[in-house]
Amino acid sequence: TRGRLVDQAFLDELFEVLVRTDMGVQAAQQLVDQIAQKYRNRVIEWSEAIEEIKKGLKDLLRQPESPIRFASQGPTVIMVCGVNGCGKTTTIAKLAYMFQSQGKKVLLGAADTFRAAAVEQLSIWAQRLGVEIVTGPQGSDPAAVGHRAVARAIETQADVCIVDTAGRLQTHQNLMRELSKIHRVLGKQIPEAPHEVLLVLDATTGQNGISQAKHFSEAVKCTGLVLAKLDGTAKGGVVVAIRQQMGLPVKFVGVGEKPEDLLPFDADSFVDAMFAES
Amino acid sequence: MFEKLQAGLYEAIRTLAGQGKLTESNMREGLRLVQQALLEADVSLPVVKAFIEKVSQEALGERVMRSLRPTQQLLTIVYEQLVALMGPVDHDLHLKPSGSTIMLCGLQGSGKTTTAAKLGRYLQQRGYKPMLVAADLQRPAAIEQLQILGEKIGAPVYVEKGATDPLVVCRNALRQMPALGANVAILDTAGRLHVDQALMNQLAAIDRLIQPDQVYLVVDAMTGQDAVNSARAFHEALTLNGVILTKLDGDARGGAALSVKYVTGVPIKFIGTGEGTDALEEFHPERIASRILGQ
Ligand SMILES: Nc1nc2c(ncn2[C@@H]2O[C@H](COP(=O)(O)OP(=O)(O)OP(=O)(O)O)[C@@H](O)[C@H]2O)c(=O)[nH]1
Ligand SMILES: Nc1nc2c(ncn2[C@@H]2O[C@H](COP(=O)(O)OP(=O)(O)OP(=O)(O)O)[C@@H](O)[C@H]2O)c(=O)[nH]1
Ligand SMILES: [K+]
Ligand SMILES: [Mg+2]
Ligand SMILES: [Mg+2]
Repeated sequence: TRGRLVDQAFLDELFEVLVRTDMGVQAAQQLVDQIAQKYRNRVIEWSEAIEEIKKGLKDLLRQPESPIRFASQGPTVIMVCGVNGCGKTTTIAKLAYMFQSQGKKVLLGAADTFRAAAVEQLSIWAQRLGVEIVTGPQGSDPAAVGHRAVARAIETQADVCIVDTAGRLQTHQNLMRELSKIHRVLGKQIPEAPHEVLLVLDATTGQNGISQAKHFSEAVKCTGLVLAKLDGTAKGGVVVAIRQQMGLPVKFVGVGEKPEDLLPFDADSFVDAMFAES
Repeated sequence: MFEKLQAGLYEAIRTLAGQGKLTESNMREGLRLVQQALLEADVSLPVVKAFIEKVSQEALGERVMRSLRPTQQLLTIVYEQLVALMGPVDHDLHLKPSGSTIMLCGLQGSGKTTTAAKLGRYLQQRGYKPMLVAADLQRPAAIEQLQILGEKIGAPVYVEKGATDPLVVCRNALRQMPALGANVAILDTAGRLHVDQALMNQLAAIDRLIQPDQVYLVVDAMTGQDAVNSARAFHEALTLNGVILTKLDGDARGGAALSVKYVTGVPIKFIGTGEGTDALEEFHPERIASRILGQ
C-alpha cells in the first residue's frame, strides 16, 4: 500500500476508532492531536498511526508483575467493591481459586448483608471451592462481618482474607459512608489492612466508569481495578481515562463466569484487543 | 437547561449573532459540540453520527428560517429530536385477561431478577396476579434471590430444584399458573453474553416455544459504546417488545437509551431507579433527553 495523507478525514476516522473503545472524548482527542502534530499533511500508513497509539497506551497501562501486595506476615486482607452487578462476588470466587492454586489458604467474608441471597451466592462459591466463609444475618452490619472475617483469618492462619461488599452506586453517599466504615474496621486488627482494595468495573461500562473510580477511591482508597466481563465485545477502554486521570491500574481481567476465568492484566494483549476488528 | 452544552454552543455560534439562520458552514462547530456531548453521554458512535445527520437536516429546513437566535434554535432541535427518537412512549404491557407471559433477558448483572420483582409489584398495584418464574438455573443462588424477592412482594415463585433445562421450567410454570392463582408469569432468565451462541439459541428456543406476550431487554444505564452490539444481537435472536433501563439512580447520563432504541426500534418501557422493589418508573423520553444533554 502507498499510505494515506494525514488530513482531517484521516484524523476523524482515527478519533472514531478510539471513541468506540469507550476511552472517552478527551483521551481520544488527545491521542488524535498527538498524531496530528507529528504527521499532519504527511503520507503514512494507517497501521503506522495505530501502532504508535498502541505503543503509547501499552506504556501507560503497564503495571508491575505481581499485582497483589501480600502482607509480610499474617493474613493479606483484600476488600472488593464496586457498583451493582459489576461482578464483585464472582471475581472473589475467581481470586479465591487463583490463591488456592498458588497453595494459599483462603477465607471469605460475606459483607454484603443487603442484597437478596448475596450471602447464599458467596456461600455456594465457598462450598464449591472448599474455603471457609464468615457470614452474618441478612440486614446486619456489614462492617461487623468484615471484622469477624479478619479475626477468623488471623485465628485460622489463613493466608488471604477476601471481603465481599454490597453493590452500590457511587452517588449514594450513605452507602459510600458505609463502605468507608467497612474499610476502617478491616484495619482494626491488622494496621496495614486492607492490603488491597479492588474496584470491580464491568467492561461494558462507558464514561460512568470514571465517576465510579473517583468516588470509590475517595471512599476507600482503591489500589487497583478488576475489569470483569471482558469476554464480550466491549473493549473496556474507560480504564485508559481512569489510568490517565487517577493512575489507578488494572490488576486483573474477568473473562467468564467460572473460577478459572480470571487473568492477570496484560497491557499488551489488552491494547491489542482494543484495536482488533470485531 | 443544558448549561454546559449551551455555553459551548453559544461560544461556537457567537459569530452568528444577528444572522438568524443556520447554515451548513456556520453550524459545523455547534454540531461538533453536540456530537461530543452525546459521546460523553455514552451514545454509541454510529447512532451519534446518524443523529447529527438528522439534526443537521432538520436545522437546514424551513423551520429555522423563522429563527432569531441560532444557538437556542439548534439546541431546541437537538432536544426535540432526542425526545422524538427515544419515543413514542407506550407504557401498556399489552396483557391478556386470560393470562400472559413476560420474559426478561439481558447481559449478566444488568438487573433482570430485581426488575422481575419490581414488575411483579407494579402489576399487583394494577390488579394483576403475577408470579415469578426461576428460569435462571446458572448463577449461584439465582433461585434463592428470586424467592426472597417474591416473598418480599407477596407473589408466588415457581421453582424446580435440580432442574437443568430452563425451557422445561418455563413450560411447567405456565401449566401451574392457574393452580398458583396467577394471571401473569414473569420469566427471570439467566444473564448471557450476546456472543454466546449456545445460550442465545437457548433463549430463542424459550421464546419460540413459550411465546411470551412481551419480551423485554434489561439494559444497564451505565453501558457504553457496546450497547448497540448487545441490543442488536438480542433483538435479532428474539424480536424484543420493549426495553427496561436500570440503575438510573446514579449519575450515568444514560446515552444507552438512545443507542438501544435506535437499533431495536422497540419502546423503552420502564426505568429502574434503585434496588428496592418499588424503584420502577415509567419511561419519559424528555427526562432522559435532558440527562443526555447534561442537565
Ligand atoms: N461473562 C461474564 N460474566 C461475568 C463475569 N464476572 C461476573 N459475571 C456475571 O455477572 C453477573 C453478576 O456478577 P456478580 O458477581 O453477582 O456481581 P456483583 O458485583 O457481586 O453484584 P451485586 O452484588 O448484586 O452488586 C453474574 O451473572 C456473573 O456470573 C465475567 O468476567 N464474564
Ligand atoms: N442502584 C440500582 N441497583 C439496581 C437496579 N436494578 C438492579 N440493581 C442491582 O443490580 C445488581 C444486579 O441485579 P440483578 O437483578 O441480580 O441482575 P441480573 O440481571 O438478574 O443478574 P444475573 O442474573 O447475574 O445476570 C443487584 O445488586 C441489584 O440490587 C437499579 O435500578 N438501581
Ligand atoms: K470484551
Ligand atoms: Mg455481589
Ligand atoms: Mg438474575
